[in-house]
Amino acid sequence: MTIKDTLQETYTALSANKVRSGLTVLGIVIGIGSVIAMVSVGQGAASGIQSSIQSLGSNLLQVSPGAQRIAGGFGVSLGRGSASTLTQADADAIGAQVADINAVATEVSGRQQVTAKGTNTNTSVVGVTSAYPQIRNLQMDQGDFISDTQNQNISKVAVLGPTAASDLFGTDDSTADGLPDGIVGQTIRIKGMEFTVIGITAAKGGSGFSNQDDTIYIPAASAQRYLTGNSGVTTIDIQASSNGAMAQVQDDVTNLLLERHNISDPTKADFSVLNQNDLLSTVSSVSATLTLLLASIAGISLVVGGIGIMNMMLTTVTERTREIGLRKAIGAKKADISRQFLVEAVALTVAGGVIGIVLGVGIAVGANMLGLLTTSVSWSSVVLAFGVSAAIGIAFGYYPARRAASLNPIEALRYE
Amino acid sequence: MIEVKDITKTYGHGDTAFQALKGVSFSIKDGEFVAIMGPSGSGKSTMMHILGCLDTPTSGTYVLDGKDVSKMTDEELADIRKDKIGFVFQAFNLLPRTTVLRNVMLPLVYAGVGEHEREKRAKKALISSGLAETHFSHKSNELSGGQIQRVAIARALVNDPSLILADEPTGNLDTKTGEIVLGTFQKLNEEHGRTVVLITHEPDVAEHAERIIVLRDGEIVSDSKSHARRRAKHHDH
Repeated sequence: MTIKDTLQETYTALSANKVRSGLTVLGIVIGIGSVIAMVSVGQGAASGIQSSIQSLGSNLLQVSPGAQRIAGGFGVSLGRGSASTLTQADADAIGAQVADINAVATEVSGRQQVTAKGTNTNTSVVGVTSAYPQIRNLQMDQGDFISDTQNQNISKVAVLGPTAASDLFGTDDSTADGLPDGIVGQTIRIKGMEFTVIGITAAKGGSGFSNQDDTIYIPAASAQRYLTGNSGVTTIDIQASSNGAMAQVQDDVTNLLLERHNISDPTKADFSVLNQNDLLSTVSSVSATLTLLLASIAGISLVVGGIGIMNMMLTTVTERTREIGLRKAIGAKKADISRQFLVEAVALTVAGGVIGIVLGVGIAVGANMLGLLTTSVSWSSVVLAFGVSAAIGIAFGYYPARRAASLNPIEALRYE
Repeated sequence: MIEVKDITKTYGHGDTAFQALKGVSFSIKDGEFVAIMGPSGSGKSTMMHILGCLDTPTSGTYVLDGKDVSKMTDEELADIRKDKIGFVFQAFNLLPRTTVLRNVMLPLVYAGVGEHEREKRAKKALISSGLAETHFSHKSNELSGGQIQRVAIARALVNDPSLILADEPTGNLDTKTGEIVLGTFQKLNEEHGRTVVLITHEPDVAEHAERIIVLRDGEIVSDSKSHARRRAKHHDH
């Protein structure tokens, strides 16, 4: 029996009962479609969160003041909160003494009411050093970023994020960045003190943890002098030279700071070092679990669809008992009969798989285009879905096919 | 050439065992037209299953064309059926919703005959079973009982078998149509030299054969030339 014959027989058999075949296929369509759609939702969420973590900067380590969080716990701070135990000197020491570092920047942050020519906004004002744009992946739209000289001179200069800029100076649809011309050079007032705008950063898009677009940057030294009034820094950002060096850098920074702060017991450290990789791997594992959860919920419907296939095939085998008897009488072997029924089952699931893939991808792409959800369809999930649908055909078609093949031709011919 | 020697067939075990055939022997030469007759329970169906290689005897030998098929496995028997036996059933057993031509080609599909050759041989078989060519592309459920049985006969002929085995072929037909079908068997036997074995419980039907073997309670009670052989007309037009 050639492949063409088998396929022709399959077509004849399945099209003889179009409604039943269609309904059976529908089970697989829904199963495969929902697996693909659900996985794309999970992966979309994962890649969204990952890219927002990546946009914080690459190979980033952040040192924050306050007690270290208990390992393996829920990240609850058991110590003195955000007391300013870190200083610019700590940052300089890290830059000078720890190997495999590209750049070190400090941040002194706080929220302030900022005014300009009758407008005002409450936004985050961050004192930073010149290495900040490099570490945090920040591009300039207009003007320049804060220089080392301005930090040494404790200059009253400011760089605006695009959201902060539009909040203070309005918008202008005719320009490329949507901001009116001539913002650079104007003055804004932070805590009543005048700062000259020297630049505007390019938009990064607001996402996740902090919105870097709604921020005003000033020199770190100015922030310490005029805003916080002490020499503490809120965060030390460190960029390691490579992803592989991050663990080593984390250890070195921890040891150096313990030594500088005269702390012998690492569990009593007055700072914590956050490794971007840890964050990424936590997020990855959370989103992998989420994806798995969604996929297994959808997978249940796939199994139900498979049972539908088995049910239909068993009915078919019973209905066609005499036909099976006849085929055996005219020389069909067990293998011929079981192949015929197996191919019918696989044809149903593969047809369901193809339609389900189209449906699932359609839902995922549609949800994305309508802006309901961020989805990401991976080809591997499509290939997997197709393989799974074929495998379901084989798994759930095997038993009915075997039953058909093992029928006794004499009894099958007599079957009423 | 068929040689059956001391064939017995026992169903079940121990106390419930039932012996359907109790040592049956006969031989059928190529080109003979034999009826195996008997009331129900005589063992004629069991005999038919064994002759048709659908079943094997409990003891005794069955030699078909020089090959002992009485000890063969299911798979080997399937091959013998494919090459040497053509079945005609009481219930016709055509595939529904399938054209006449495809129904007749079905045995050739399992025999691995090429598509072009299949169609040629199927048409030839249909013509020799007396079905008009206009019906070839009809679905099997669009035909009359007599036409359906002719398609079934064509299907039995198509693989050029050593033996055509007809199990109550007129049982589902009215007398007139039954006559026509029996006429087709006579024609195939006389004009084409086909070996035909007809299984029936009706003496009227059996008398269309040239030789009648009568079974009763699993034994042969008579094996003789048909005394009053009936002639049937070949065509229904």
